[in-house]
Amino acid sequence: MRKYLAFFRLRFNMGLQYRAAALGGLVCQFFWGAMAILAFKAFHDTDPAAFPMSLPAMASYIWLQQALLTLLSMMGIDNEFFSVIENGNVAYELCRPVDVYGMWFTRSAATRVSNALLRCVPVLLVTALIPAPYGLMAPPDLPTFLWFLLSLALALAVITAMGMIVYMITFHTITPRGVRLIAVNICDFFSGGIVPLPFFPEGFRQFSELLPFSATANVPLRIYSGDLCGPEMVRLMLLQVFWAAALIAAGKLIKQRELRRVTIQGG
Amino acid sequence: MIEVRDLCKTFKVARREAGFGQAVKALFHREYEYIHALDGVSFSIGDGEMVGYIGPNGAGKSSTIKILSGILTPDGGECRINGRVPWKDRVKHVREIGVVFGQRSQLWWDVPVADSFDLLKEIYAVPASTYHKNVDELTELLNLQDLLRTPTRQLSLGQRMRCEIAASLLHSPKILFLDEPTIGLDAVSKLAVRDFIKRLNQERHTTVILTTHDMQDIEALASRILLIGKGRILLDGDLSDIHRGGEQIDETVAELYKRFDVT
Repeated sequence: MRKYLAFFRLRFNMGLQYRAAALGGLVCQFFWGAMAILAFKAFHDTDPAAFPMSLPAMASYIWLQQALLTLLSMMGIDNEFFSVIENGNVAYELCRPVDVYGMWFTRSAATRVSNALLRCVPVLLVTALIPAPYGLMAPPDLPTFLWFLLSLALALAVITAMGMIVYMITFHTITPRGVRLIAVNICDFFSGGIVPLPFFPEGFRQFSELLPFSATANVPLRIYSGDLCGPEMVRLMLLQVFWAAALIAAGKLIKQRELRRVTIQGG
Repeated sequence: MIEVRDLCKTFKVARREAGFGQAVKALFHREYEYIHALDGVSFSIGDGEMVGYIGPNGAGKSSTIKILSGILTPDGGECRINGRVPWKDRVKHVREIGVVFGQRSQLWWDVPVADSFDLLKEIYAVPASTYHKNVDELTELLNLQDLLRTPTRQLSLGQRMRCEIAASLLHSPKILFLDEPTIGLDAVSKLAVRDFIKRLNQERHTTVILTTHDMQDIEALASRILLIGKGRILLDGDLSDIHRGGEQIDETVAELYKRFDVT
């Protein structure tokens, strides 16, 4: 446990090292969030009856998504492991007395948490002050908030496990360029990062909800905004548990195979 | 105790001529060559020995070190280090060894060296007292006082190398693998590192295996020399076995490589 906390501390220190990057990220998130809300407001005003979420829920969804971007999106994947695979420093990773899967999993989760902690506070504070229906509202009630927290933890496990599979594929391809791009885009689309899942056409929406990608940001964000509740919420959270377990098992399996054939090239 | 028998490792390498036409051709048809990096390597090294592992470029030195440190799985052969097979019992094995890969870095790039050390302390679960003792000793012997507070990326190669060596010894390993540890060091640092390795071997009885192209390293450090070429052990002896009167060490070794036809 202590070694994992130590990773977390180091990560946090690194995050603090880059002040300009954090500031730039923040500005970008505010801008993006505002733009998205204005676009959805335009859709809403054209035909409110056809809009599958309420406008305040929509605004909450988007602001929370921006606040937790580095925690829950594939873009928040820890690039450190790509570079150690590419430049061969992975040799050192492999001569540490810890299980590689466990160590990388905790480290990439730590990266997500510490990045998010650094960035979410200002976004949450500012957007909570924006008046309805454009601001971030409080969750409907306390139980909803607790469900949200639980689902958030599950989503973190799923996205991190998915990232682990991307790393393991990189062991095979050596360069992360292709895999990373594909993973980021597929995950972004199917987790409701571009358009929330309720906006997907019937049939296609149900299909998307079964995929592991929807077990990430989609579930906690919709629970918080009050869009997802009751048996439907329980069903999606059970799916989260399933995908977390399945992806971790798959990742460990691929790791076994990849480590056996890993070669550190060039001296 | 390190025992290695008949170690084999083959790499598949894609080769082609330079040029656009060849690049297009390689899109459809690749020519592979199989390189026998290790072709039946056997040796055994006792506790507390200091061995220089030499050979021309591409002889298989680094591959051997990678197998011994549990990173690479060989295609065939046996290897036991203190009773363990490195690639099968990796986690337990690496707890007892320290490795320095001269061409890689184990220090986190963006934070001061001391932060990296603290993290390694946790990874190896080094008791606080041992850790502080080791850091103090390493700091003094390798002259790290000012370096510890500097971010890794702002160190020069030689400064970083001294920190890398220290980082590999924080957990007091019984065996130390050094893969070209004196790359990029200035004369003073080189001497300091050599002295340091010698003391480590004498005082802690750490087994040291060292690959290098700097023959003065070998002269200063190795009481035993293993010569590898084309994936085979060609000679196992000491300096007097290869030394001939009056010649510089570099000439001697160059002559040796020619004699074994491994240049």
